Amino acid sequence: MFCTIVLNVCFTFHEKAFQGIRTIIIVSRIFWFNPNTKSFEIMNLIALKMLIGNRAKYFGIIIGLMFASLLITQQSAIFMGLMTRTYGFLTDTQLPDIWVMDPMVQYIDDLKPLKETDSLRVRSVEGVAWAVPLYKGLLKARLTNGTFQACHVIGLDDETLIGGPPHILQGQLADLRRSDAIIIDIVGAAGKLATKLPDGKRVPLKIGDTLELNDHRAVVVGICRVQRPFQSQPVIYTTFSRATIFAPRERKLMSFVLVKAKPGQDLCQLCQRISDSTGLAAYTSDEFKNLTVRYFMKYTGIPINFGTTVILGFIVGIAIAGQTFYNFTLDNIRYFGTLKAMGASDRILLRMVLLQAGMVGGIGYGLGVGAASAIGLLSGRTELSFRLPWQLLLVSAAAITLICAASAVLSILKVLRLEPAIVFKNS
Amino acid sequence: MMKKATVVVRCKGVTKTYGTGSTEVHALNGVDLEIHAGEHMMLVGPSGSGKTTLISIIAGVLGQDHGECSIFDRDFSHMNRYEKTRYRGQNIGFVFQMFNLIPALSAVENVAVPLLIQGVRRREAINRAHEILDRVGLGDRSLSRPEELSGGQQQRIAIARAIIHNPKLIVCDEPTSALDHETGHKIMELLCEIAVGTDRALIVVTHDARIFEFADRIAKMDDGRVTLVTSSFHYLSDKKKN
Repeated sequence: MFCTIVLNVCFTFHEKAFQGIRTIIIVSRIFWFNPNTKSFEIMNLIALKMLIGNRAKYFGIIIGLMFASLLITQQSAIFMGLMTRTYGFLTDTQLPDIWVMDPMVQYIDDLKPLKETDSLRVRSVEGVAWAVPLYKGLLKARLTNGTFQACHVIGLDDETLIGGPPHILQGQLADLRRSDAIIIDIVGAAGKLATKLPDGKRVPLKIGDTLELNDHRAVVVGICRVQRPFQSQPVIYTTFSRATIFAPRERKLMSFVLVKAKPGQDLCQLCQRISDSTGLAAYTSDEFKNLTVRYFMKYTGIPINFGTTVILGFIVGIAIAGQTFYNFTLDNIRYFGTLKAMGASDRILLRMVLLQAGMVGGIGYGLGVGAASAIGLLSGRTELSFRLPWQLLLVSAAAITLICAASAVLSILKVLRLEPAIVFKNS
Repeated sequence: MMKKATVVVRCKGVTKTYGTGSTEVHALNGVDLEIHAGEHMMLVGPSGSGKTTLISIIAGVLGQDHGECSIFDRDFSHMNRYEKTRYRGQNIGFVFQMFNLIPALSAVENVAVPLLIQGVRRREAINRAHEILDRVGLGDRSLSRPEELSGGQQQRIAIARAIIHNPKLIVCDEPTSALDHETGHKIMELLCEIAVGTDRALIVVTHDARIFEFADRIAKMDDGRVTLVTSSFHYLSDKKKN
């Protein structure tokens, strides 16, 4: 009963992930209620009854697999979420086809400024429809209570405002043309940039409020929603020229040139032409995302940390579920021997063990993925990064399948090598 | 009285050795034995005399090292694994000391298992199992799990399971040793009533002298050999004299 309730709750969270379990349950029901079911299938029913009959081990295996599935899925999803955050700005800025930058740039926040004239050089390359400058920098905002908060400041081309936020919740993008105008992201407005009252309450920043960016007055004219940055700082949009005023004085201040290719242009070839003509690096959006992810994968310990947890999940699965499943087989070895003595072929016994492994694997996987999905849903409004694409469900399923297969192989070997004469050993 | 009927089991010079080198144990040292249809044969003897090894070989769950052991003129050692399993499933019924009923299955399901293994449809197998349960007096406990039944009731179910597919040979390993005297006696009466038939043989391995009277013949084993084969009447008479 409890298991059914949990399963149903989990179904509501991630139905796709549970299709496999649904199938198993439906098939099991067919076995259960159809009196004309063939004997081979009845032996499967006996296998399931043997499995469920030993409740302590049955739940032990399922819980082991559930935790393995949960750990593998949840930690991988957080890792994916973190990696997605590293190039969140690229995801938000979808209009340009190509990003042009200093050749030494290693990832999106590795800012090596360009000369403003570089945008003109890029525009002159054959196949470029338009090219606009973009400023991206980390500036300190002074809040009304006197504290400072580092913010990502994005400076958009003054004329076109290309590269603006994907979703504007309040105000309009064109409002950036007003004096000292900035648009801030809603999470930053309600969080790190919010005014903290003496009683501890936070008052979100709203349109019309002001703050100081590097001693320059900035007025909020809009609220937007963007992908959270890797370091979770607030994101502030303004015009390129105003951003260069906000930014500390430097000789060069342009971070990127955003390029749109003319229709029919091969983007890779255009990147090559831009590089050849300007000596700058040019990447398509996907290439730049990959470059960023590769940097974080290579130079941070994030993959190792998460990989360790995922491997631990796998080991937990093998150690707990695998061992419990093997012990379950050992507990039932006398009955497998009895079935063998009574004429059950190796094939029937093999199917029985595989079905038992598949059953616990399916339920354990479903519960684990369901729990991971629930955590993802519940943490949607928190700082936790969580991304669960369908591919990750497949990876998790493959890992659980591997655990079940490893467990089943040991049990299968035991059952297949079993001498039916064991039935006469009275211990 | 010795019946001149079809030979069900014929063992000739059967040997079996466990282990190698210093751990070598000669369980059977050339066993010769014949069991006929309609006969109830008991294998008796002290522990370690080779009784269980012999019925394991007769039942095809263990291979002999040398010699011949055939059931209805078919020797398991000449069959492949699949044929052996199939032949065993169709022709031999088992009753074990510890019953070996699958705990997760009800009585009727346990009884139906041999038929299900052979491919009989579930409804037919269950109907047949109900009939057999009625014959062993447990028709009203068909839905009970083994854990809900007494030892005697479990052994009755095991007997029902052993005969449901109408095997030609039924082998019983110490069927009464886990039961009290009265229940053991009833179990043997039941076995003799429903398991012995003109076309099948019953072999019981036991060291429970209280049930020797149920046998047609008794084969005494010692040190891996059959040292005496006689009628139960003579065996018990000789025993009383000694």
